[in-house]
Amino acid sequence: MSASLLTQDPRTRARNATERRFQAYGRVAIFLALAALVWLLVAIFTQGLPAFKQTFLTFPVTLDAAVLDKSGHGNPVEMAKVSTIGYGKLLAASLSAEIAAKGIDTGGMADKDVGALISEESAATLRDMVLSKPGLLGQTIPFTALANGRIDGFFKGRVTMETAKLDKNTSPEKLVLAGKLQDAGILTVTLNGGFLTRPDASDKRPEAAGLGVAIIGSLYMMFVVLVLALPIGVAASVYLEEFAPKNALTDLIEVNIANLAAVPSIVYGILGLSIFINFGGLPRSAPIVGGLVLTLMTLPRIIIPTRAALKAVPPSIRDAALGIGASKLQTVSHHVLPLAMPGILTGTIIGLAQALGETAPLLLIGMVAFVRDFPGAPPSGLLDPASALPVQIYNWTQRGDPGFVERASGAIIVLLVFLIAMNTVAIVLRRKYERRW
Amino acid sequence: MSTGVLCLIIVMLGIAGYVLGQRRAVASAAGDIRKLHSLPAFYGRITFLMAAVPALLLVVIWMLVQPVIIEQRALSLLVASDIPAGSSPQLVIADVHRLADGLTRIEATGGDTTALAKDPAKLKAALAAAGVVMGHDPTPSTIAAAEATRGMARVSGVWLAVLALVLVVTGGGWALSRIVPTYRARNATEQFAMVLLIAASLIAVLTTVGIVLSLLSETLHFFRLYPAQNFFFSTVWNPKFGGGSDLGIWPLVWGTLYVSVISLLVAVPIGLMSAIYLAEYASKRTRSWVKPAIEVLAGIPTIVYGLFALTTVGPMLRDWIAQPLGFGNSASSVMTAGLVMGIMVIPFVSSLSDDIINAVPQSLRDGSLGLGATPSETIRQVVLPAALPGIVGAVLLAASRAIGETMIVVMGAGAAAKLSLNPFEAMTTVTVKIVSQLTGDTEFGSPETLVAFALGLTLFTFTLCLNIIALVIVRKYREQYE
Repeated sequence: MSASLLTQDPRTRARNATERRFQAYGRVAIFLALAALVWLLVAIFTQGLPAFKQTFLTFPVTLDAAVLDKSGHGNPVEMAKVSTIGYGKLLAASLSAEIAAKGIDTGGMADKDVGALISEESAATLRDMVLSKPGLLGQTIPFTALANGRIDGFFKGRVTMETAKLDKNTSPEKLVLAGKLQDAGILTVTLNGGFLTRPDASDKRPEAAGLGVAIIGSLYMMFVVLVLALPIGVAASVYLEEFAPKNALTDLIEVNIANLAAVPSIVYGILGLSIFINFGGLPRSAPIVGGLVLTLMTLPRIIIPTRAALKAVPPSIRDAALGIGASKLQTVSHHVLPLAMPGILTGTIIGLAQALGETAPLLLIGMVAFVRDFPGAPPSGLLDPASALPVQIYNWTQRGDPGFVERASGAIIVLLVFLIAMNTVAIVLRRKYERRW
Repeated sequence: MSTGVLCLIIVMLGIAGYVLGQRRAVASAAGDIRKLHSLPAFYGRITFLMAAVPALLLVVIWMLVQPVIIEQRALSLLVASDIPAGSSPQLVIADVHRLADGLTRIEATGGDTTALAKDPAKLKAALAAAGVVMGHDPTPSTIAAAEATRGMARVSGVWLAVLALVLVVTGGGWALSRIVPTYRARNATEQFAMVLLIAASLIAVLTTVGIVLSLLSETLHFFRLYPAQNFFFSTVWNPKFGGGSDLGIWPLVWGTLYVSVISLLVAVPIGLMSAIYLAEYASKRTRSWVKPAIEVLAGIPTIVYGLFALTTVGPMLRDWIAQPLGFGNSASSVMTAGLVMGIMVIPFVSSLSDDIINAVPQSLRDGSLGLGATPSETIRQVVLPAALPGIVGAVLLAASRAIGETMIVVMGAGAAAKLSLNPFEAMTTVTVKIVSQLTGDTEFGSPETLVAFALGLTLFTFTLCLNIIALVIVRKYREQYE
């Protein structure tokens, strides 16, 4: 045994080393958890940010009446006989003409190949435009067309000359031409507002796919959840916290709520499918069904924080109100509820945020269907088929074209922005209005 | 009259009742409200409640019952030949509904439905023109059934409106007739409100009952079509379109447990060590930002983790580990799903463990430190044993979360039902198969679809047991120190 207090004996050294190791494990664990978070966010953002940019081609289009309206009557019903393929050819010819006018060398590319730079969706857009305004016939109008998904991918680094060689949907020559078009100002990469407003697009047109229908569907569902879950949740919490006698029934309800909060979300999807769709006869893919399912799922998640908020109101408030002759219900509705409101709203918003990101139950009630039409205005629009943000993301990940991975990640960014906004409101509410007694 | 308009009218009448009730109360006291038992507004409120609530309840119940009765009637009109081999009455009923819908649309555009109803061929063309696609050609009996459903829906709408309005008037009138100055309107209102509050809290119970009943009834239906012993004891999962499927649950259970175990192997050490560090070592400042940052992981929707698994983690594991080491070349694998799910579950372990470690009384630590133990010795030999039941509860909750998780495994684990030990192979789980069997194209009454309910019931029972055990453990432990 060494006698000095200043030098450590081997055993103490070993114990101190263990201590340092143990602390290091803790730091490593925290580092790993945070690194996973950062990794996740970086991966999603690097994949998704390009979705907010889009490659467009701007060139004058001559709407040749002889091609688009063979009968010459200007009647939209007859003009509808010209399909999008006809409009596609027209766009290709117009783009070729513009390229020739600017003196760009295409290397002898045919009109058809030049037209492959343009998204097929643009032909449909042009067709709808002409059919709704037949007066445009014969005019030359400036037109901004979406570029094909592969061209778009080229400017975002997703498609390279090497991959283009192997890809039958594009070729290195087209990419070279696209580069020249950018130099000439015909092709531009700008902010993609359509990503938030357009409906979904078909498998082969990732460039045209947008979140419009999904955002509206999600908003409708959140509306249903808010309208149903907040009043029911608050009523249930008020009863359980303020009025319920201690008996077997209230015990049963309490155990129930605790368990419902932990039931896997997919089980709620099964419930929705068998109760609301098979038994209740509500339509599939409808926001109302999604809203109802999410309401049932969110209820326990609203009840638990609401009860905590009610519990936090000190009994002295109740005693004072009761003392001057208020009934129990008046005490609760005039004093306890207003004081608990910030806590209740915080809990509700967080519950809503969870419901907004929920996917699995919506898959089972058919929200995964391909929906291009915007749902109508509520209330009848609640029964129209719609998509939802998380389901749209899932839908896009199941498609073959790599352009959809970018779209899906972009959609996640939109979803995360909504969630961050909701959580920020919740935190601000809590910070600003929460009272401590 | 649409239901929405009807509800609006009911509410408007209720509001009118409110005004009338209040006026009547004031008038009954000759304008001196001190003579009333309750404030005038309570007389209005009870009138509103008595007028509107029963009528609205009637509307809700009617909406639930009406489709069932109409369907029964439509079914009774169908003849045996209407139901082709391989089809089911449900499909034909769906066709009848479509037919009825089409007839309404044709009528709306001015078509003559009575003439069309006599000529099925013309009717089909007219339906197609109206944008209604039929599964089968309309036959006289299906047309009759469709006409009957339309007629019943019309009649039922009228009856509902009449009955609801009668209820509003009688309920409101009854409430109004009872208004005298001594009437205890506040007590009556509050009793009514209490009934509504109790009803709201019963919805939670109803949800559970709904879950259990819907799962049980369809599962029984499934076991009538498919022998239960094959479901529980077979190790082959091979659903086929034409029937003759093997629907053994074991490959799915194996995949589920494998993924969950891997996720817990990731989450428990990381979550527990972070909780220990945050609770015992970290400064207040570090704690105040690290704890919320880790909890962000719990707030991220699972679809985000799914995409992360699909596009980042899966390909990386395949290219860096599985392929070079010869474990396989699938991007979706048990490892991918387990790893990503582990990340998701970290905050469930760490938050709860943190609370539990904090709940261990300081006196235990002080005693241990006073005897000369280092902080880490104190934690390992005093704090952790004291917190152990709670931590086990936290891990069980995390496990139930992992077992019930859907999107990560749908996107990360693959769809092949296999009993394999190789973690880099694609396997599948109970939740993946619930999604794929219910979103597939198979017909609803077939065992291939109904098996999803049996799987759902298995999942529900399993997670319920885990949750109850976890809650009991956590609760018991908390009581010890409080």
